[in-house]
Amino acid sequence: MGLELYLDLLSQPCRAVYIFAKKNRIPFELRPVDLLKGQHLSDAFAQVNPLKKVPALKDGNFTLAESVAILLYLTRKYKVPDHWYPQDVQACALVDEYLAWQHTALRRSCLRALWHKVMFPIFLGEPVSPEMLEATLAELDVTVQLLEDRFLQNKTFLTGPHISLADLVAITELMHPVGAGCQVFEGRPRLAAWRQRVEAAVGEDLFREAHEVILKAKDSPPADPTIKQKLMPLVLAMIQ
Amino acid sequence: MGLELYLDLLSQPSRAVYIFAKKNGIPFELRSVELLKGQQHSDAFAQVNPLKKVPALKDGDFTLAESVAILLYLSRKYEVPDHWYPQDLQARARVDEYLAWQHTALRSSCTRAMWQKMMFPVFLGEQVPPETLASTLAELDRCLQLLEDKFLKDQDFVAGPHISVADLVAITELMHPVSAGCQVFRSRPKLAAWRQRVEAEVGKDLFQEAHAAVMKVEDLPPADPAIKEKLKPSVQCLLQ
Repeated sequence: MGLELYLDLLSQPCRAVYIFAKKNRIPFELRPVDLLKGQHLSDAFAQVNPLKKVPALKDGNFTLAESVAILLYLTRKYKVPDHWYPQDVQACALVDEYLAWQHTALRRSCLRALWHKVMFPIFLGEPVSPEMLEATLAELDVTVQLLEDRFLQNKTFLTGPHISLADLVAITELMHPVGAGCQVFEGRPRLAAWRQRVEAAVGEDLFREAHEVILKAKDSPPADPTIKQKLMPLVLAMIQ
Repeated sequence: MGLELYLDLLSQPSRAVYIFAKKNGIPFELRSVELLKGQQHSDAFAQVNPLKKVPALKDGDFTLAESVAILLYLSRKYEVPDHWYPQDLQARARVDEYLAWQHTALRSSCTRAMWQKMMFPVFLGEQVPPETLASTLAELDRCLQLLEDKFLKDQDFVAGPHISVADLVAITELMHPVSAGCQVFRSRPKLAAWRQRVEAEVGKDLFQEAHAAVMKVEDLPPADPAIKEKLKPSVQCLLQ
């Protein structure tokens, strides 16, 4: 059995891994894990990732969790073009810096925006107070501004003149609130231009394919009561 | 001007960077940034790290934030022994996996536990609802169990048979709730044994030196009103 990638394209980090693997023609078996059906909670999947999250990787007997670790593993094993994760110590450090920062910053606000605006009311049938939603969207706004001012600035890509893992991780995060109907690129011409460049570098078809699911998040049918009960505590913990 | 490290040993990631640099004989100027005096908010420090956090690095004109990025930069630039961040693809992936996971897991619960148990009541004079603290300690417990079961397992160190940057990041995190009086190693013999091994590898003197400040937090005088004003907004999120 070759490389297997356990993914649900509803999840931002899964999209980053998917795009990266496809763009670099890395051969893999796609193992879909349907989060909204609670498939990540199965005993079978726990064998692959005891943390019960996607993305997860299985390469022979070797299993690996965490999208950043997976992206770096694929980068090294398949010897992808240097710009994704440069050999140059300082250029590489800038990518590491973004990949570290984003966990508790952009990722968090994008996740909360999607769940508070769309998934709680539509999928889980749980209302979210206007104040909570407003606070979440305000926080998203601050984080997106930081992304622009501290990381992108006037550069072509987040960490320099070429696309890197940082851009993939960032763009897939931003598509989360976009899927929820938040206009994160509006009034942000620099960021919008960067998005165009990233899409062009990745390839419009691949980008669209990877984002088909999230762009239909608003159309998710409501969860049945069993699923809702199963997922609720985990969702609450996830978006804390 | 050579390498400068902007640190406050009160901060877990600052301790990991400090121990790593000292252990590997990396020459640096220590630039103290006193968090409890709000020095991270100074304009001067913003030139080094606009994110206003420690640790931060300055190497000539090159500045870098985020402890994980700093540790990897130092590993590469100073060509430290391989075990810190192994060349082997899978061994390195295990370190990356831990470094990614910990941001939103162990780090988060250790910071909250320490602040809710010690810093809010003792330093800021703010009571924390017992339910909040109980919930935080339960979350900490869950993370410790994951650290033991998913990462440490039957290995000597977090990512394998040898000490790596993952162990430094983990141990410095765990010392945070320890400093607040949480008995994280009691009733966890596996974790306690791992701690002994890490301390022995690092060197007891260096370990003690790095932790001298945080182990004295309970003796901190209460913050004066001006400082309280300054710090309160940025630590409110730690009350959740």
